Amino acid sequence: MNVATPNPTSAERAEKLQGLGCKRKRVEDVRFTQGKGNYVDDLKLPRMLYGDFVRSPHAHARIKSIDTSKAKAVPGVLAVLTAADLKPLGLHYMPTLAGDVAAVLAEEKVLFQNQEVAFIIAEDRYIAADAAELVEVEYEALPVVIDPFKAMAPDAPVLREDIKDKTDGAHGKRKHYNHIFEWQMGDREATDLAFRKADVTIKELISYQRVHPCPLETCQAVASFDKITSELTLWGTFQAPHVIRTVASLISKIPEHKIHVIAPDIGGGFGNKVGAYPGYICAIVASIVTGRPVKWVEDRIENLSTTAFARDYHMTTEIACTKDGKVTGLRVHTLADHGAFDACADPSKWPAGFFNIVTGSYDFPVAHVAVDGVYTNKAPGGVAYRCSFRVTEAAYCIERAMDIMAQKLGMDPAEFRMKNLIRREQFPYVSALGWEYDSGDYHTALQKALDTVGYRQLRAEQKAKREAFKRGETRELMGIGVIFFTEIVGAGPSRNCDILGIAMFDSAEIRIHPTGSVIARLGTKSQGQGHETTYAQIIATEIGLAADNIAIEEGNTDTAPYGLGTYGSRSTPVSGAATAMAARKIKAKAQMIAAHLLEVHDDDLEWDIDRFRVRGNPERFKTMTELAWAAYNNVPPGMEPGLEAVSYYDPPNMTYPFGAYICVADIDADTGVTKIRRFYALDDCGTRINPMIIEGQIHGGLTEAFGIAMGQEIHYDAEGNVTTASLMDYFLPTAVETPRWETDWTTTPSPHHPIGAKGVGESPNVGGVPCFANAVNDAFAFLGSTHIQMPHDNWRTWTVANKLGLHA
Amino acid sequence: MIPGSFAYHRPTSVSEAVLLLDSLGDEARALAGGHSLIPMMKLRLASPAHLIDLGGIGELRSLREEAGEIVIGAMTTQHELIGSQLLSAKIPILSETSLLIADPQVRYLGTIGGNVANGDPGNDLPAVMICLNATYDVTGKSGPRRIAARDFYQGAYFTALEPGEIVTAIRIPVPQAGHGYAYEKLKRKIGDYATAAAAVVLSMSGGKVVACSIGLTNVAETPLWAEEAAGIIVGSTLDAATVKKAVAAAEAITAPASDARGPAIYRTKMAGVMLARALARARQRAGA
Ligand SMILES: Cc1cc2nc3c(=O)[nH]c(=O)nc-3n(C[C@H](O)[C@H](O)[C@H](O)COP(=O)(O)OP(=O)(O)OC[C@H]3O[C@@H](n4cnc5c(N)ncnc54)[C@H](O)[C@@H]3O)c2cc1C
Repeated sequence: MNVATPNPTSAERAEKLQGLGCKRKRVEDVRFTQGKGNYVDDLKLPRMLYGDFVRSPHAHARIKSIDTSKAKAVPGVLAVLTAADLKPLGLHYMPTLAGDVAAVLAEEKVLFQNQEVAFIIAEDRYIAADAAELVEVEYEALPVVIDPFKAMAPDAPVLREDIKDKTDGAHGKRKHYNHIFEWQMGDREATDLAFRKADVTIKELISYQRVHPCPLETCQAVASFDKITSELTLWGTFQAPHVIRTVASLISKIPEHKIHVIAPDIGGGFGNKVGAYPGYICAIVASIVTGRPVKWVEDRIENLSTTAFARDYHMTTEIACTKDGKVTGLRVHTLADHGAFDACADPSKWPAGFFNIVTGSYDFPVAHVAVDGVYTNKAPGGVAYRCSFRVTEAAYCIERAMDIMAQKLGMDPAEFRMKNLIRREQFPYVSALGWEYDSGDYHTALQKALDTVGYRQLRAEQKAKREAFKRGETRELMGIGVIFFTEIVGAGPSRNCDILGIAMFDSAEIRIHPTGSVIARLGTKSQGQGHETTYAQIIATEIGLAADNIAIEEGNTDTAPYGLGTYGSRSTPVSGAATAMAARKIKAKAQMIAAHLLEVHDDDLEWDIDRFRVRGNPERFKTMTELAWAAYNNVPPGMEPGLEAVSYYDPPNMTYPFGAYICVADIDADTGVTKIRRFYALDDCGTRINPMIIEGQIHGGLTEAFGIAMGQEIHYDAEGNVTTASLMDYFLPTAVETPRWETDWTTTPSPHHPIGAKGVGESPNVGGVPCFANAVNDAFAFLGSTHIQMPHDNWRTWTVANKLGLHA
Repeated sequence: MIPGSFAYHRPTSVSEAVLLLDSLGDEARALAGGHSLIPMMKLRLASPAHLIDLGGIGELRSLREEAGEIVIGAMTTQHELIGSQLLSAKIPILSETSLLIADPQVRYLGTIGGNVANGDPGNDLPAVMICLNATYDVTGKSGPRRIAARDFYQGAYFTALEPGEIVTAIRIPVPQAGHGYAYEKLKRKIGDYATAAAAVVLSMSGGKVVACSIGLTNVAETPLWAEEAAGIIVGSTLDAATVKKAVAAAEAITAPASDARGPAIYRTKMAGVMLARALARARQRAGA
């Protein structure tokens, strides 16, 4: 099997692999760009039924009665489920990832508008919708709690009657019947002392509004229960299919091996598709009851108003500082609005996620954070919308606060940051709130950003424009936003990260076929991240087989090894590491086979791109393709044939991607319309697997960040009606609104990751949001404004200008 | 997002459509491009038992000049308004406005007739029709009649149409050659209805405004004809003080709702800003 082609150079051989660092085109786009993806709603099974919910029009009401008789009488309706049907099965409530329970179908009360009350099962989707209108529910409206700051008032209405007497929650003592948990980190006394000794302090309530991940594909599932074999197959939009199977088994008591969970192509998740929803449970129950497959597909309004929201963090933030601009302490108290049930998707021991990354990129000697979670009459959730757990909230909080402090000190915000960034020689750096940052070179990154955009010139232009504004020569205000963020991703080490007791490792299984083509299966699940492309690149470089000959499979719990799924930028840090480790096992075995074939000792071989060659005699070699063949017919005596490996990777630490972003905004003072003139994003995600995918991830994340900062809000009126539950009012930017993105990078590999990669999918959302916000705030700073709440949509920005007297 | 059930009819003449609408009564609705009606049906805010699709009626699809008027068949799409050379030459504000409606997908199907007959204060064309002093040709069981755009709008989704009547054509007197025009629309994103918008058509002579008409979109239950504001402009050189007075007069007739586009006060003020900008742009475009 010797190759007869003229000898390719090393560079040509490496290029053919399309391995690490290659701008390989996304292989999944071949089907996606032709409309040939295969999503849950594309699934059509024989005799399939359709489900639809009857939902509550009230935000808080007692259910006096439910009459389903008219709905059941509609031809084509098979059944109507209510809490009364689920209760005997113990399924009217389901456990949440946060240690609470959430109603599947409301029993005695509804706690948020559009809450699920009954589930219609019908022959087609239209009949189901018609019948839903015929279910008669009698409600007695109750007073609502919408403002989280009023949730713990002594006379606040009791929301969760099911747990009102429980003084202990999943995370310790509850202070009030609407209180969920209090979570603290850091040294309170030392922090208080730092504030007492400080020359300068600031204090500001920095709120991050409730938003929604709003993936283009909504949440959906098809459940099919086979009464003969007692096996359940569940297709769904699952970011974490294995966890869904385990949870489904625990609550349905169906043995785990009789449950087959399949996540086909997913049209975006962004955290919205991590948890379990009433629709999944109802589809399963409906299939068990009817013995037929049942499909449930959310519409856009249901997605925006009922399945997991994000943020809703209200952060009272204080910084202590010396008069020459050295930070000496940070104190944050957060009020977290979790809605009606605590359904946050965090590692179980972290009720406020990794919010203690809130010291950011700065060398705070001391800090203290406390987070109080409360119930309100809003939809449950609190997921990580394109960020690691509560990291966007933390980054927004510290980056706004740093600007406010710089303003008070009269210092340039970039200079203030330079002065306080953690220095290169301090890594690995242990933060005041307990994280060990793996690696970083922050000053180099920020300096590169400032130089590239011409920061000095921009400030000079701004100065001139401000003077012209004061003279009445222009109505435009120019703002410059500068931020530096540190992400914490790759959850995570089993010593501190688990979900419902399952450690947050992840996995990869690689099989090399005799001809040298490969299939690899992973415990994660791509929702657009391009895993089929990038995992293959890792393997290609590790074992020297071309990425084009490597198939990547995820999402089928029958075939893929167990894993915790894709969110929190964990796929590359955890499954990417598992992939490299599994590949290395294969390579080690291949080396022994090569030694056997070349009749030398293992140690006499060296690796050369796609082959093992004999040291000092490079003409004698065996390529990986040859070794794959040999693995099935000519292995050393005593060795098992075959070439496969599995790795379960328990990461030793998180990874800490970082970046410096700069935004220039021009604001029309008369309308509030804000144009993003320029946006520069420098990201350091360690080793770069595929620069094109990284760029795509950054473009997407920045676009979402732009949406959040400039307009997104899930808004409730005083009665608890959700007023922004369609894409007319929930701001999803189109190509027309989206600014042009400039991307850049530095590379500081992670010292503990097998290939040095850190993860990147979420960085642009984490860094982007505060950067837009800082630009808008900066535009008004010279008029004495310190903090403007998001979102920075036209009317709010106009209102700021109006209050500052700019329309007189 | 799943509509109720309905029967679908596709007449091929106006008389047949009118007959169907009359015989089916309240339960029937005319369907044009469907881009206002179908979303309402999906939300079950409208549940007509019969849809009378006007798409098969050839006589409703025309665009011609006739005795000093441009006559546009009701089923002419918004996309066609943008592409029409006749309109670009004679009434360019119509193309300019149409380009600001929704997005290309909506405009390929959405019609001028549906847009003006719908009665949604968010629609852009009604204020322009009021500004241009258009009249609508209407037909019902008691025969054809004409209604001035300025008399047509009575409240949100309430118009002067009698039950069973349809708009067959829109007649617009050709504005004076050399007129200046502008439609200024503030919106949050592509595909959004106006936070506020202003339509201006004016003529100048010797540096002074000799004729002016103003319409406002989405700042009241109906599109508004800002007659007093236009009166203030006429005779002026569009100097800052006069514009300020006209803006105040226009703001005074607004009564917008507070919604996600902003509180009422903001939308009123934006009507003023849009008007000032439309006046400035119309002036630049006006001959002499
Ligand atoms: C996402 C989106 C954004 C939009 N943004 C805008 C915007 O920015 N500006 C804007 O102006 N519009 C906007 N629209 C509405 C769009 O322009 C519609 O096409 C228009 O309002 C209705 O025209 P239609 O032909 O689609 O009518 P249909 O939806 O078919 O009908 C609308 C109503 O008018 C009645 N009707 C239709 N034709 C006639 C007739 N000839 N005689 C009597 N009654 C009739 C129907 O019975 C119905 O009640 C938007 C629509 C969408 C979906």
